[in-house]
Amino acid sequence: MTMDKHSLFEYAPAPESRSVVDIAPSYGLFIDGEFTDAADGKVFKTVSPSSEEVLSEVAQAGSEDVDRAVKAARKAFEKWSALPGSERAKYLFRIARIIQERSRELAVLETLDNGKPIKETRDADLPLVAAHFFYYAGWADKLGHAGYGPDPRPLGVAGQVIPWNFPLLMLAWKIAPALATGNTVVLKPAETTPLSALFFADICRQAGLPKGVVNIVPGYGDAGAALVAHPDVNKVAFTGSTAVGKAIAREVAGTDKKLTLELGGKGANIVFDDAPIDQAVEGIVGGIFFNQGQVCCAGSRLLVQESIQDELLDSLKRRLSTLRLGDPLDKNTDIGAINSAEQLARITALAETGEAEGAERWTAPCELPSSGYWFAPTLFTNVTQAHTIARDEIFGPVLSVLTFRTPDEAVAKANNSQYGLSAGIWTEKGSRILAVANKLRAGVVWANTFNKFDPTSPFGGYKESGFGREGGRHGLEAYLDV
Amino acid sequence: MPTIAPAFADVTSSDSALRRFLHGLPGVDPVGLEARAASLGTRSIKTTAKAYAIDLAISMIDLTTLEGADTPGKVRALAAKAVHPDPTDRTTPTTAAVCVYPDMVATAKEALAGADVKVASVATAFPAGRAALDVKLADTRDAVAAGADEIDMVIDRGAFLAGGYMKVFEEIRAVKEASGPARLKVIFETGELSTYDNIRRASWLGMMAGADFIKTSTGKVAVNATPANTLLMLEAVRDFRAQTGVQVGVKPAGGIRTSKDAIKFLVLVNETAGEDWLDNHWFRFGASSLLNDLLMQRQKLATGRYSGPDYVTVD
Repeated sequence: MTMDKHSLFEYAPAPESRSVVDIAPSYGLFIDGEFTDAADGKVFKTVSPSSEEVLSEVAQAGSEDVDRAVKAARKAFEKWSALPGSERAKYLFRIARIIQERSRELAVLETLDNGKPIKETRDADLPLVAAHFFYYAGWADKLGHAGYGPDPRPLGVAGQVIPWNFPLLMLAWKIAPALATGNTVVLKPAETTPLSALFFADICRQAGLPKGVVNIVPGYGDAGAALVAHPDVNKVAFTGSTAVGKAIAREVAGTDKKLTLELGGKGANIVFDDAPIDQAVEGIVGGIFFNQGQVCCAGSRLLVQESIQDELLDSLKRRLSTLRLGDPLDKNTDIGAINSAEQLARITALAETGEAEGAERWTAPCELPSSGYWFAPTLFTNVTQAHTIARDEIFGPVLSVLTFRTPDEAVAKANNSQYGLSAGIWTEKGSRILAVANKLRAGVVWANTFNKFDPTSPFGGYKESGFGREGGRHGLEAYLDV
Repeated sequence: MPTIAPAFADVTSSDSALRRFLHGLPGVDPVGLEARAASLGTRSIKTTAKAYAIDLAISMIDLTTLEGADTPGKVRALAAKAVHPDPTDRTTPTTAAVCVYPDMVATAKEALAGADVKVASVATAFPAGRAALDVKLADTRDAVAAGADEIDMVIDRGAFLAGGYMKVFEEIRAVKEASGPARLKVIFETGELSTYDNIRRASWLGMMAGADFIKTSTGKVAVNATPANTLLMLEAVRDFRAQTGVQVGVKPAGGIRTSKDAIKFLVLVNETAGEDWLDNHWFRFGASSLLNDLLMQRQKLATGRYSGPDYVTVD
């Protein structure tokens, strides 16, 4: 044959079409079933992190708007909570189906606004979003069988503040159980990723959801603070940083507001010498480089048994060299953009701290695009428990590699953290999985896998990773008066 | 007997040493392996990359006929197709080889005289492999004597499943010796080995015994080549070369019928073993109907429209 013997199998660009989503030049707040301007007329711009292109201008909620939204939710609560569960279920099923029907559009939108690869929004975010609504739709008429008494009552108005890392998925985690249990909602999306929540508002209208049941108030921290502090909010749910979580806990202390917090993490991914190595490498990669590491339950600390450290690191580096970083809309992109300049600066600073404290830095060989916010997949070796990068959450594509000698030492190091959200165990030995999992103080422990999500499974943290559980039957409790 | 790489002289010194070595290889988590294979299956190969992949896939085909009804006429037709897969477009690459039963090797060899297409022959009482070693060796020698460039042997799955690793090992070595200059492909019949751990062990066993290629299956059982078992074997050849410096080829066979499937396998090669294997010296497809689908896709890329089965030859 005539072709070059060693010509590379270069993948030609395979971009998902942007034309499947129609982004308006401006969006309002969604209050009482209508899109409206902010009371003070303020707007902010949302940009695409991969290109810094302005996508749209969004009304910026202030305390007056939050008050209006809470009033709308309060007004809607009476009728909504009085509906039979089977009727609420119909709305939720309808929303779930519309999400599925519009999933390609929503996936492209989320990729544009967040910067994550289309592969992830298409194959992870959107299927999980729809699954959450389907799952909680199923609970709506079975609450009497959930273990909270024969007829558990909703709380009232839920004030929900969500982060930018999984904008639509976090919305689903918050809104689906709230509506299923008969609450109404005021939700504040993050200021860097407001668009998918506003498209969700449109889906609520499309589904014929009664006015005021869901209200969306995009804005900054002040809008979130106003929502949390609002006296007519009965329930506060927050996913985000531990620092903000602590401020919210102080704010609601002494009130009768029910609170759940999903905060930071520094997940330990523990690889024993009898692990299925090739799959462990995949799990490590998925654990820390999924969504550019901007995942609260990321496996950001790799604890590897010292006897296989060299072998594992060789395999890991070889694998990281195959990651494809670039245009998030390209279907072959593995690593997309960091969500914001601010987050990029934080990741950069923490990585520099790692180097300054003597850890050894290795960066995957890849070219970074000239515009947008990018950080190449990076790992640090020679890291100890004393290093900042072993303790602080980086929330970026940076893996800290530590070693251990015995299972006891692995458990001790894994638990030696202010956080306790997730952990992973890699071993072919079933008895070791059970023994170690029982000793790990983390809300989720994965065995021979990582970052697997399912609406039926409760999710939440120990220690400074927060409290309360979302997902599964447990997730109902946060929205019921029990 | 061919020499054994010094690295493995110890582990192949006794049945128990061999068993310890094979059972000491890292385990395979089936869920993770299949998830990785599926995830690579979502790669989107378009335009220039697709054109490259289609020609590469054509050049990697062992165009196969292994039927009781094979005749010289059928084999000659297959050989003609291997040399000129698309008679309307002489830029189409030839296939890598034609693959036939031993008694058809001479016919194939004659039909392919002067062409850059190898003749591969199955041997060792293919496909079951249930015959005495002498018979298997005679089968192999016959094929080589008739001019086979490559021998596709089957392992004794019964011996493997009964724990007789040494028996399987020695048999592969004996067939390798009997193959002389012909390159040896060792077929595991992965569908019968059943577990991924077994496939990894068989891969190492075959490579240590001198296989030039490791091959998934005969095409004669229910489960043949799959993305997951091929991915696993690609990991094995990658690791084997890292440890010994010896490169071994991989041949998935059976069940790969569409261009889309073939391209998924090429992505597995590219992102697992790497570009050194993206060549028909190191990677083959054991297939028959795949070729026509690749040709139709090739015509579509060239002309912009789909032709249909009447525009490719039925041989």
